[in-house]
Order: sequence, then structure tokens, then C-alpha cells
Amino acid sequence: MANLKPGDNAIPFELPGVDDRRHALGDYADKESVAVVFTCNHCPYARAWEDRLIDIQADYAERGVQLLAISANDAKKYPADSFPRMKERSEEKGFNFPYLYDESQEVARAYGAERTPEIFLFDKGAILRYHGTVDDDYDDPAGVRKHYFRDALEAVLEGRHPLSAQTVPVGCTIKWK
Amino acid sequence: MRVSFLYYEECPSHDLALERLREVMAEESIANEVEVIKVETEEQAHELRFVGSPTIRVDGQDIDPPIDSGYALTCRVYHLEDDRISPLPSKDMIRRALQSVANSRPG
Repeated sequence: MANLKPGDNAIPFELPGVDDRRHALGDYADKESVAVVFTCNHCPYARAWEDRLIDIQADYAERGVQLLAISANDAKKYPADSFPRMKERSEEKGFNFPYLYDESQEVARAYGAERTPEIFLFDKGAILRYHGTVDDDYDDPAGVRKHYFRDALEAVLEGRHPLSAQTVPVGCTIKWK
Repeated sequence: MRVSFLYYEECPSHDLALERLREVMAEESIANEVEVIKVETEEQAHELRFVGSPTIRVDGQDIDPPIDSGYALTCRVYHLEDDRISPLPSKDMIRRALQSVANSRPG
């Protein structure tokens, strides 16, 4: 169960990115909306949705939307999720958003994230407006009927409350230390 | 023909994968029972050579033999025919494995 519910304030963080810079949530305060996406390298659900997240960032960048992907998995148990492997994955896929490493898992714990991927979408005032999954079909992009994340983004950018403010995140569990 | 289905409960697609397996078996007129094995510990994962959930074996052969994968309680990546990545094997992948074993049996 996430620690944040729609209407709650974002929890600030600062984490290293695969670009070897540190990224603070506050660095993106000028954005119309910021989506914090807990994800990882190894999980097939996270990987199945990667291209759709890249597309969403590309489609909404000009409207002031910023995705921040965070991996918090224990890299000792899951070496594919190590920081060097995150750098490789970002390069290989051409991630168009920062990919951050929550090695201590403090950010994931603070947010109460449980799955990869799991989205926390904030409006310009850093208020949580949507929490949950990307859409309703991880297996087949052509079979998607409910575009939860995109619909929530449209609502936030238009100053409305999303019709679905919470959905159940579907994916692998975060691998805790 | 022995069909085994191994899964790790924390991977949410296992029920759908089992349903897909049973559908393909019905379509191929294979009436055998599916041996369903829940993998719950790392030790069990090693003992069963479990590379991730879901894993389907036909006569002990993985339907998508893994390359350089360690044994672990994890969710499994399938590379589909159209280059997509999925947590589920496709029906075609399952069908090919079933047909391959069926065709290799003396008639």
C-alpha cells in the first residue's frame, strides 16, 4: 500500500542518475507535471512498458511533463539492476528521462512503492494526482483499452482531477534488502 | 507427454500464463494434466533449475530455453516473435514446444 494518496504532497528526494548527475525532485519544480516512476531493469513488466513510457515522455515533453524513473531494487540479489547495468539499459533503450538509483531504498520506502513499474503523478503544485499503473495491457500495446497514465496526464494538464486517480500497480515486487 | 508449469506467486501473470497453456493444450487436443509447481524459496528455485516465473516445460524441456540465466525467485522475460518483451510466453511459443515434442515421439 503506497504511503501517498491522491491529494498528498510529493516527498522530496535527491538521487544519482545514470548521467552521473544528481537529480532532486525540486529541480523540476518549473514543470507542469512530474511523474515519479519506480521501475527497474530486470522485471519483464517494467521492460514491457519501457517503450510506452519513452513514448509518453516524448509526446508530453513540450507540454511540460517530466518523467523521473527510479530503480530501488537490491542489486546484490538482482545484479541486472546494478547502477552500471542501469546505465547500460538507459543507453540501449535511449531513455529520454532521468534514470535514478535509489541504492538505500529510502525513497521507495518513503513513497511506499511496491511494484515495478509504479507511477506517482504530481501536478505543478507537487500534489499527487494519480497513482498506479501505465495502462491495462502489459502484454500487448495494441490491446490497451484504458490508458490510465495518459488520461491522468491529460487531466492534470487541463487542471482537472483524473477520473481514475488510483489503479493497482501491476508488476514485479520491489526487491528489498 | 509431461507438461509442467512452475511459478512464483509474486509475479502477477502466472494465472494468465496457466490459462494460456491450457487453452493451447485444448486447441492441440492434448488432454494431459498440467503439473503445477509453486516455487517458494531460493533453495527450491535452485533445485528445480527455475529461472523465473512462469516457466513451462514439456517432457522436462523449457519451451524457451534460457541462455545464461541464474536460478532465482524472479519474474521471467520472454522475447516474443515480433521483438516485444513480455512477462508471458506467446501462444505460438507454447504451441511450437508442444508440437515439437509430440512430433518427436515415435508414432
